[in-house]
Amino acid sequence: MKYTVDEYGFYGRFGGAYIPEMLYPNVEELRLNYLKIMSEPDFQEELQALLKDYVGRPTPLYFAKRLSEKYNTNIYLKREDLNHTGAHKINNTVGQVLMAKRLGKKRIIAETGAGQHGVATATVCALMGLECIVYMGEVDIERQEPNVARMKMLGATVVPATSGSKTLKDATNEAIRDWINNPEDTYYIIGSVVGPHPYPDMVARFQSVISEEVKAQLKEKTGSENPDYVVACVGGGSNAAGAFYHYLDTPEVKLIAVEAAGLGVDSGESAATSVLGREGIIHGSRTLLMQTEDGQVTEPYSISAGLDYPGVGPLHAHLHQSGRAIFESITDDEALQAVLELTRLEGIIPALESAHALAALGKIGAKPDETIVVNLSGRGDKDLTTYLDRFELHGK
Amino acid sequence: MENRIKTLFKRKPQGLLSVYFTAGYPNIEDTVPIILELEKNGVDLIEIGMPFSDPLADGPTIQQSSTIALRNGMTIPKLFEQLKAIRKYTQIPLVLMGYLNPVMQYGVERFCQEASEIGIDGIILPDLPLSDYVREYKSLFEQHNLSKIFLISPQTTEQRIREIDSHTNGFIYMVSSASVTGGTNGNAVANTDYFQRVAGMQLQNPGIIGFGIHNRETFTQACNHASGAIIGSAFIKALVREGSLQHNIKSFIQSIKQEA
Ligand SMILES: Cc1ncc(COP(=O)(O)O)c(C=O)c1O
Repeated sequence: MKYTVDEYGFYGRFGGAYIPEMLYPNVEELRLNYLKIMSEPDFQEELQALLKDYVGRPTPLYFAKRLSEKYNTNIYLKREDLNHTGAHKINNTVGQVLMAKRLGKKRIIAETGAGQHGVATATVCALMGLECIVYMGEVDIERQEPNVARMKMLGATVVPATSGSKTLKDATNEAIRDWINNPEDTYYIIGSVVGPHPYPDMVARFQSVISEEVKAQLKEKTGSENPDYVVACVGGGSNAAGAFYHYLDTPEVKLIAVEAAGLGVDSGESAATSVLGREGIIHGSRTLLMQTEDGQVTEPYSISAGLDYPGVGPLHAHLHQSGRAIFESITDDEALQAVLELTRLEGIIPALESAHALAALGKIGAKPDETIVVNLSGRGDKDLTTYLDRFELHGK
Repeated sequence: MENRIKTLFKRKPQGLLSVYFTAGYPNIEDTVPIILELEKNGVDLIEIGMPFSDPLADGPTIQQSSTIALRNGMTIPKLFEQLKAIRKYTQIPLVLMGYLNPVMQYGVERFCQEASEIGIDGIILPDLPLSDYVREYKSLFEQHNLSKIFLISPQTTEQRIREIDSHTNGFIYMVSSASVTGGTNGNAVANTDYFQRVAGMQLQNPGIIGFGIHNRETFTQACNHASGAIIGSAFIKALVREGSLQHNIKSFIQSIKQEA
C-alpha cells in the first residue's frame, strides 16, 4: 500500500483538487512549483536555519516518567509545545511563507481554529514584513481570546467568520473566498493537511520534521528508532501527518489518530469524522466528511477549537480506510481529565487539542515493555480560561 | 430533440438575459412561480441554484439565500419533484447550478438521468474539475443531452480556455472579474481587455458574462462584449422587496430591459 500522494493528487481514492475555476491558476502554479522550490538548496538552507534558530528545533523528546508509571508503559512526549508560538503549526508556516516569497506574493491569508495557526502565520508575516489577514470563526474568537490578542499584536488583521457554526470550517470558507477575490498577489497559507492538492502533501512535508526528529531521538534514547505506537490528535491532521510521516511504511509502528468526540459520538455534538463521516467534498478535497443524507455539511462540535472540524485531511481518510491508522475518539470530559493529569504528573499544561491524544493513552492497552510516542502538539496557554472554568480554579 | 440552450443561441445570439435564483428561497414553493414569471417577463435562460451549506464561490447574498432555502427544506429530490411537470408550462432553457457534494451524494448518474427526464438543459458545478469531468462524467452528460457549463475568469490562460471550450457544448460562463458572486464593487464590466481577449479567440461556444451584473448599465455593457449576461445576487435581493413575488420580478426585469 502506498501512503504518499500520487501524481494526480490522490491518496487512494481521497484528495484531488475540487475547486472553482477561479482558484485553478493559483493552485496550479503551486502544484507545478512546490516540489521544485522545496528541493532548492537555498530554500532548504533558509528553512533549516529558521527552524533551528527561530522556531527552536529540534524540540525535545521527553521521557515522561510519572505518566509512564501511571500507565505502566514507556511514554515519550514529542514537545511541539516548546516551539516558538507554542505549537507545531509554525513548522508549516515558516515553510509556506518562504514558498510565498519564492512565488512573489505580497499578501498572506490564513484560516484558524484554535488560533495557533493564525498566530504562527502572523508571526512569520511579521518576520518577513508581509501583510497578513486571518479568518477566524466568531465562536473561536471568543474561546481562544489570547491568540486573537497575539495576532493583533503581531500586526495581523483578524476577520470574524459569521456563517454556519462560526468555527474553523467557516473561517476556511472565508479564506477561500478571499483568495478568489484576490487572485494576483495573495498566497493562502493553509494550516492543516486539508484543501486542494498540493496543500495536503506540502503541509505534511513541512510537518514531517516531527517524525524525522523522533526517529533520531528515540534511537539515541532506546537504541531503536521505532516505537510501538505513535499517538496524535487529528483536527485536519497536520500534527498527526508530521508525527506519522516517516513511519507510514513501517507497519510494525502502530499509528493512533485521535479525534474529538465532543459530548460523545452519538450525542449529535461531535467532531469524530472517521465515525460519523462518509466520503464527500470539503474545501477542495475528496475525503471523509460529516454530512447529512442530502450532502449538506454537518456543523461539528468539540470543546477544542482546533479539532472542531467536520472533515479530515485526505491522507487520514486513506489511513483510516486502509486500516494503516487506528482511529480513537475522545470526549470533552476525557480530554479535560488528561489536561489535569499531565499538568499534575509532569508539570506540563497541554493544549486542549493535544490533550485528546494524551487521553487515548488509557485506550491503547500498551504493555510494560512497549514504547509510545505522543505528539504533544501544543501548550495550553490559550486554553487557561476554559481550564480555570472547568476545574473551578477561579479565586482559589 | 436539440438542446434548448443551443436552439436559444441560434435564435438569439446577442443580448441574452439569464437570471439565477436559489431554489427554495424566499419560500419553499416559489420555484415554479419564479420560473414562469421570469419567462413571462422576457428572460431568455434560467439558472436554478441548488442550495449548499458551504457555497465557496458565493458572496453574502447567495450564501444567505442558500441558508434560508435549506432551512425551508430544499433538497435535490424536493426540487426534482417541483420541476417534474415544468415542461408542460414552459420551453425556456433551464440550467441547474450547485456544488458537487450534494450531487455526488445523490449519485451523479441518477442526477443526470432525472434532470434529463425533467427537461433540464444544462448543469453548472463550479467545483467539479474539468479533468474529473472529462475522465468520469462527460459521456454521461452527453448521453443525457445535458450541457456541462464551465466557468472561466480573467486569470484563466488561453490554453485552458481552449481546453474548456473543446469539452463543453452550451456556453462558457465568463466570470466578470476576480470575485465571488455578487462582488466586484460595481466594477463588474471594467475588465474589457479580458472580454476582448476571449472574444478574439473565436471559440466554438458563445460566452455569457456573470458575477456582479446588477443593473441595466452593467447588463448592457456586458452584452457589448459577449452573447449575454447573468444576474444573480441583485435579482435575489429584489425578490424580497416589499410587494408580491410577481410584482418584484416584473419590476426588476423591466428595470434591466428598458431604458430608465
Ligand atoms: C495545539 C494544536 N494541536 C492540534 C491542532 C489540530 O490541527 P491538526 O490536526 O492539523 O494538527 C491544533 C489546531 O489548531 C492545535 O492548535
